[in-house]
Amino acid sequence: MSPPTVAAGAHPGGQQAGPFPGHPVAAARFTADVDRAHWHDQALWFVRVKRDRAAAQLPAWERLRELAEGLKAHALANLAGYLEAFEKNATAHGAVVHWARDAQEHNRIVHELLAARGVTRLVKSKSMLTEECGLNPYLEARGVEVVDTDLGERIVQFRHEPPSHIVLPAIHIKKEEIGELFHQELGTEKGASDPKYLTEAARGHLREKFLAAQAGLTGVNFAVADTGAVVVCTNEGNADMGTALPPLHIACMGLEKIVPRAEDLGVFLRLLARSATGQAVTTYTTHFLGPKPGGELHVVLVDNGRSALLARDPFRRALACIRCGACMNTCPVFRRSGGYSYGTTVPGPIGSVLGPTQGPGAHASLPFASTLCGSCADVCPVRIDLHHQLLAWRRVLVEGGYAPTGKTLALRLTAWVFASPWRFALAGRLMRAALRLLPAGLMRRLAGAWGRQRDLPAPPPESFRDLYRRTNGRP
Amino acid sequence: MPLEGGEAHNRAAMPTVALFVPCYVDQLYPQVAVATLRLLERHGCRVVFPPDQTCCGQPMSNAGQASDAAPLARAFLDTFASYDHVVAPSGSCVAMVKHQYPGLAPDHPALQKVRASTFELCEYLHDVLGVRKVEGRFARTVGLHRSCHGQRELRLASGSERQVPPFDKVKTLLGTLDGIRLVEPARTDECCGFGGTFAATEEAVSCLMGKDRLDEHAKAGAEVITGVDMSCLMHLDGLAKRERRGVRILHVAEVLLGEAA
Repeated sequence: MSPPTVAAGAHPGGQQAGPFPGHPVAAARFTADVDRAHWHDQALWFVRVKRDRAAAQLPAWERLRELAEGLKAHALANLAGYLEAFEKNATAHGAVVHWARDAQEHNRIVHELLAARGVTRLVKSKSMLTEECGLNPYLEARGVEVVDTDLGERIVQFRHEPPSHIVLPAIHIKKEEIGELFHQELGTEKGASDPKYLTEAARGHLREKFLAAQAGLTGVNFAVADTGAVVVCTNEGNADMGTALPPLHIACMGLEKIVPRAEDLGVFLRLLARSATGQAVTTYTTHFLGPKPGGELHVVLVDNGRSALLARDPFRRALACIRCGACMNTCPVFRRSGGYSYGTTVPGPIGSVLGPTQGPGAHASLPFASTLCGSCADVCPVRIDLHHQLLAWRRVLVEGGYAPTGKTLALRLTAWVFASPWRFALAGRLMRAALRLLPAGLMRRLAGAWGRQRDLPAPPPESFRDLYRRTNGRP
Repeated sequence: MPLEGGEAHNRAAMPTVALFVPCYVDQLYPQVAVATLRLLERHGCRVVFPPDQTCCGQPMSNAGQASDAAPLARAFLDTFASYDHVVAPSGSCVAMVKHQYPGLAPDHPALQKVRASTFELCEYLHDVLGVRKVEGRFARTVGLHRSCHGQRELRLASGSERQVPPFDKVKTLLGTLDGIRLVEPARTDECCGFGGTFAATEEAVSCLMGKDRLDEHAKAGAEVITGVDMSCLMHLDGLAKRERRGVRILHVAEVLLGEAA
């Protein structure tokens, strides 16, 4: 049996060769090109600002977030019942519901559905779940052509890369680079980088793929327990195009996508697009209630570690995530280090909470790839306390022995010094003397990573406690 | 010395304030602790410095080393248990006491009392003493760096993310100084990249974040950058000094005393 891999299956880390080196190294590579890091930062900050403006238009924004948090907590606390209700209602409308324990079972179910119908050409709309499960390579190895039809996903598919962001999969690629890629893949004019021209070319290319497809696969944004509908949100209409033409529609979803009632969508749909892209609503919000006349609808419910996470406090709250990507857009680290610096399918703050669930010591650098600034928690539409979860992970990782030994011992020694006012005062005196007496160059080297780009503070002649004592409390 | 403040305060009714001086402020920035003490006295407080204090334990706790932080948390609670109020020139260390101590010293008898009576300096002036006008002059163009833990753990300001009625306790106090010109960076409350051990373990991102903050404050025209946390300011100052940027970095206690006037 494969290890549980909640929503953050490992990927090879984009352009990097070799095993994933951990966030600090991958991030340092990305920031080495300062102009590009700033460009990436600005592009995502622009989305964050759009999100702020969209959120400000709803007077009830904070109330909506509280409602969404409560609805998700309720749905997750009663997950088994809602999943069974969903299965019953979806089945009553003619859909077929499949249950997959893990990624392998999910991939096998999808392939069997395709193979039984002789499907060799599949179009897909955005689904981070199928990225997590590694569906594309699984199907391609079995002779199925898989075409990702979201424009950003098609771009990274051409480049044989995973998405670098869950909502904006190609945010790390400049339009000139896309122009060159499309010149090679689609025969667009050499040197052309006008987004409208390139989008038109992709549209023509994808239109042929849609027309030729024998099946369409979509992700799921919400599955409604009391109606049995699955709801898919896109801006490009590619989920609709991909499911309207071929007779077979497969919708793949993680167990946590359940909402209790159709009316709950009034909360989540108002939050989702505003949080994700700053739009009031996605261009297309499609409710699939049973198959179309003469067609088939199969819904694959995937666990893949989710029920194990549900049993784990406090990390279970991460299952409330609706995959809007707002935590990535606001994260000052993500914006400057890029999605591939996380080495997981879902990157950023939520990915840093989900990554370590893949097993003891997995992705141990991610919970430390944060200043704990807390901006992620304040933009999260379902109010996941992301930065507190990162802190909680740090404790779990240290207790499990997965933190760097040198750092742990250094801090343990510091704690021992701090445990006595006498030792603390002495250590302080020694440090200030060193700052005063040793050559600046040597101190810089001793200060290691602090001193490479930062000057050390000028040492005062005495500490506050010495001053306070010397002046009898009248400094 | 006259008492300031929107509401009349009787000196006799003023509580005894225990000064909680973060470890690195004690050793590296004693002038910030002195400014804090003077500012509190100027506003009518009787201030004492309990000499047994060392460190709140945040460096260990934020690194995930709860068992190394717990003894420091218990010692802190012992040291500060008997005071009416505990005030620190730091949002981050106060947030540590308020939000992390329940997990580190859950059974300590003074836990709830000390949590409830510990305040960041500006929060204390604004909320507890009710100060609405700080007497003094600071005729400089000043940018406020909103340190994250003060911002999002203590809610010293409404913040750019949340859709709530706007407020900003630190800026409100600064704005009452005579002659001060406050300027805003384009991103009003983005993190500076200090982040404790993050500053070293993620040096590349940390320094880029800090330089970006300095650039934005420079673009806004700040001659002085101030804030409630000397740790963030130490990081920004270190970057600024290395690049000889010339911007002056001062703790908010120093600015509120009107020292550079």
